[in-house]
Amino acid sequence: MSEAVVIFSVVLALLVVLATFILWLTKDLLIGVLSSAVISLVASIFFLILQAPDVAITEASVGAALTTGFFIFALKYVGRREDD
Amino acid sequence: MIRKVLYFLILIAFGFFILSALSAYFPFGENVLTGVARYYTEKGVKDLGGINIVTSVVTIYRGFDTLGEVTVLFLSVTALAFTLVGLKVEKAKLPKPTLIMETGGRYLAPLIILFGAYVFLHGHLTPGGGFPGGVIIATSFLLLLVTQENYRFKKFHITTTEVLAGTLYVLVGLLGLYYVKSFLGNFLKTGKPGYLVSAGIIPIIYILIGFKVGSEMTSALNNLKEGGDEH
Repeated sequence: MSEAVVIFSVVLALLVVLATFILWLTKDLLIGVLSSAVISLVASIFFLILQAPDVAITEASVGAALTTGFFIFALKYVGRREDD
Repeated sequence: MIRKVLYFLILIAFGFFILSALSAYFPFGENVLTGVARYYTEKGVKDLGGINIVTSVVTIYRGFDTLGEVTVLFLSVTALAFTLVGLKVEKAKLPKPTLIMETGGRYLAPLIILFGAYVFLHGHLTPGGGFPGGVIIATSFLLLLVTQENYRFKKFHITTTEVLAGTLYVLVGLLGLYYVKSFLGNFLKTGKPGYLVSAGIIPIIYILIGFKVGSEMTSALNNLKEGGDEH
């Protein structure tokens, strides 16, 4: 792996950590769903860097797109706020 | 708050165990192929003619697993429909789409469907295959369901597609049992590797899986949007 790819990966990994903290701390479920979509998208880029394009295309379409759609439809039924 | 900290600690412990287990199994960056993995990468192209070895493994070598996955997907979609009917969930109230959403969705959806069809037609040549292709098609229907007000499709058509694709998939497997004595075995000529019409039954199976997954996911999304009232 070249230098640029390593720097790119580190930035993406930091993005995953940030999204995880947002997902952990937020009370708004819609923001949680969107940050889990961000985690899936970054994971698919990682799969591409690690030369697994089949897994990458599946992760991008299932994890980032379709699951988010399902969760947003589900949030229409259960409401947006998490009550503790 | 205490609960959230507890979740976080459990997550870290879990991640630590998975990481240590994985690094014990596969040292990072080393090229080690043993047993069947070596066989697949060395003989896969010659055996079946598909240059994307992952699809050869998924459809032929481990074809029975794929049939199981399709069945699991079918069962979970059915369970979702039953749950929605049983709980008597009302129709979801989506916000009214704006003009930009409506027009953009109308022009984007056919292109996404075309891309999904490309992904599952070229499953034996390029990365992708039936599952991602079908999911991409379902994503375009998700776009239409969200952006077009009062968008509907005939439920009959989508159920017919699903049933037909599933039945034909099992039928192709049974033909393999008849001709080459193994369920989902390849009974066609493999052709020249790298061409669109090659790799025996892999493209046929992937077209069927693409249609099945696409129609299943679309009907699940439609059920979620309509709620349990209208069935």
